Amino acid sequence: MGLSRLDNLYRQMILEHASHPHHHGTLKNADHQLELRNPTCGDVLVVQVAMKASKVSDVAFSGSGCTISQASASMMTDEVIGKTAAQVEQMVVTFSKMVTGDSVDNVDDILGDAAILEGVAQFPARIKCATLAWKAIYQAIENDNKESTIGLMRHDEL
Amino acid sequence: MVKQMNELIKDFPILDQKVNDEQLVYLDNAATTQKPRAVVDAVTNYYYHDNANVHRGVHTLAERATAQFEDVRKKVAHFINAPSEQEIIYTKGTTESLNWVAASYGRTFVKPGDEIVISYMEHHSNLVPWQILAKKNGAVLKYIDLLPDGQLDMDSVKKQITDKTAIVSLAHASNVLGVVNPVAKIAKIAHKHGAIMVVDGAQSTPYMRIDVQDLGIDFFAFSGHKLMAPTGIGILWGKSELLEQMPPLEFGGEMIDWVQLQETTFKKAPWKFEGGTQNIAGVVGLGAAIDYLESIGMDKIENYEKSLIANILPELVKIDGLEIYGPLDPSKRTGIISFNLKGLHPHDVATALDMEGIAVRAGHHCAQPLMEYLDVTATARASFYLYNTVEDGQRLVEAIKATKEFFKNGIV
Repeated sequence: MGLSRLDNLYRQMILEHASHPHHHGTLKNADHQLELRNPTCGDVLVVQVAMKASKVSDVAFSGSGCTISQASASMMTDEVIGKTAAQVEQMVVTFSKMVTGDSVDNVDDILGDAAILEGVAQFPARIKCATLAWKAIYQAIENDNKESTIGLMRHDEL
Repeated sequence: MVKQMNELIKDFPILDQKVNDEQLVYLDNAATTQKPRAVVDAVTNYYYHDNANVHRGVHTLAERATAQFEDVRKKVAHFINAPSEQEIIYTKGTTESLNWVAASYGRTFVKPGDEIVISYMEHHSNLVPWQILAKKNGAVLKYIDLLPDGQLDMDSVKKQITDKTAIVSLAHASNVLGVVNPVAKIAKIAHKHGAIMVVDGAQSTPYMRIDVQDLGIDFFAFSGHKLMAPTGIGILWGKSELLEQMPPLEFGGEMIDWVQLQETTFKKAPWKFEGGTQNIAGVVGLGAAIDYLESIGMDKIENYEKSLIANILPELVKIDGLEIYGPLDPSKRTGIISFNLKGLHPHDVATALDMEGIAVRAGHHCAQPLMEYLDVTATARASFYLYNTVEDGQRLVEAIKATKEFFKNGIV
């Protein structure tokens, strides 16, 4: 057994996203932005969102973190572009349920490639790593203030 | 009877289990230690046979509970060589002990413009209470620098402690860097400037013989659960002349002398600090843990851990891409080794090691200013205790090597 179990968590696509994350950087004209800290490990993630015609037109993230949090952030950015705020919220809720082991329908349709992170459910200590970016974009879109705000990792909800 | 170190593991039922199909290797002892059967039995026996509230009953069980509760106070005094058991205050742990020094002694005696001196290696519980005190009382919080190998910079000690310093508070042993700080030497410097010396003994008390008189300090704090006692019981030791001057912080049952409608007088220390029903079973467990440690001998424990580290550290140093924090000379370390694998977050490392049955901690270890000082977001930490073996260390070394390979190739 031993390390072979890691394959359930660190799928090849996840390792690739972590080493070459998509949309990693900053946006010049963000409509929403938020910094979220994971107090258990000290990871910090900044998410910026630009909106056009009520849809996410661009997104970027910066900050450091583990393989899971970086890969999850990278996949999140791929999946939210073109989505409305309500659709993003549905994705965040779906993602959260998926990685905490709740059964959800149509995961692949709703989350696209990010559905590959469902293996995280077998590693409870890593759920917060996976959800950090999703909580960040949810709170960023909720936050109408264009200035960067520091969000709080809410443990019980979403 | 002197116990053989390699037989100790039998005293810890929890260690005899598989985790992820591998034999458990528990290396998270700096977070909390496992409890020997003797401690669990003492707590169980107390609840089965002696449970009652202390200091307030005339019946037989209350007498028994009170006798045990106060006997452990004597045992603790002997364990750290305090001059009197009346200087031993029960708390819920090191955090509460240090908070009480800051909130009671600190709020009463620190004046605007005074300085409080700590170091960059402090655990948040020996940092935040002083930060809050400094803000409340208008004092200045100053930090002692570290040398590149993680030891305290003695030149910085001499520079930061001045005639304005009211309190110096330092970790006796670091929970990240594995160094033991020369607190006796620093206490002399603090006293020369009229400051008091507070010592956070959370990581040193499980590991080495403590003699608070020999250290020449004013306050000493430690937690039971880091030396095999239950969680929720800790100790604050303070010099009686200081304790007498300190106001209690929690008011209510147990701690009063006489209550009238508008006025109350309080008991003497230590009882004036122990408001409400205490963690009596925890105290009983602490007594059993001290008995267990003393049946082995603290000097022997320190030597054994030193020999473990001397065996394992050179093997870790050989791993290419493994960064180790703190001194590389094993003689300068406790049983704690913090490390990072280059290019890999410590959470990933800890998950991989867990798959191999090895429990380590990953994160900032409640020392965020130290993480910033080291310019890392987090580290992995393996911490050994007296039931660990050289084989445990070898398992760790092999698992770190396998982890490195896994993430290099993306496959096992």
